[in-house]
Amino acid sequence: MELNFSIEGGDFTQAGQASSRVKAVLKQLGVNTKCIKSIVIALYEAEVNVVAHAYKGWINIQIDKDKIRIVITDEGPGIPDIGKAMEEGFSTASKKVREMGFGAGMGLPNMKKNTDELNIETVVGESTTVTMVNYF
Amino acid sequence: MKISEVCELLEAKIICDTKQDHTLVEKGYSSDLMSDVLTLDTDHLLLITGMCNLQTIRTAEMAEVRYVVFVRNKKATKEMIALATEHGICLMESPYTMFKASGLLFSAGLKPVY
Repeated sequence: MELNFSIEGGDFTQAGQASSRVKAVLKQLGVNTKCIKSIVIALYEAEVNVVAHAYKGWINIQIDKDKIRIVITDEGPGIPDIGKAMEEGFSTASKKVREMGFGAGMGLPNMKKNTDELNIETVVGESTTVTMVNYF
Repeated sequence: MKISEVCELLEAKIICDTKQDHTLVEKGYSSDLMSDVLTLDTDHLLLITGMCNLQTIRTAEMAEVRYVVFVRNKKATKEMIALATEHGICLMESPYTMFKASGLLFSAGLKPVY
């Protein structure tokens, strides 16, 4: 099964819609509840990151019998130092993002915690692609 | 702790999902930081927060938090109530500060997450 979504940068009212849809689909498929929670938390963090930092983004999700593969690609500033961005507490989020309860530098570490495989490719000034794989 | 007891202690009113007012919550977590809430792995949790926007409801949905009390007289919007209703999340509003609300609930036996 394949699902596709698009994300608008800066539009916080939309953040989480893809995660919500994926949660419903995984529930219908009978995936383990703990596993669903990990997947949607990682995806939600990724959605918030795109809304908070990028101009726009796209999500491609492939669900197989034994795993889910999520690829989030954005047009945005990229991440100059991935190592630094993975550190808990490091954030470049704006005041607006912080006012929404995010931007504490927890997003990427939390995505890593909740996925079996996490890969980040980034080109500064152009884009970031995050690939997350979870096995059921 | 029953949700009805939470309401009594905090002078809170349920503004969404009144069917759950006799359900039990075991632990409480106070935070305005949704990123922190998303790191929790706790069931039967009550979230005490002054962060009152659509993303609070989304965070509760993703983190499987079924009960949220807004402190400092924060008022949920129609959109927030609609989203919470859709996902079976019980929302409450209290006039107390987060400090006072947390203290009262803790003293009455609600456990901390850690």
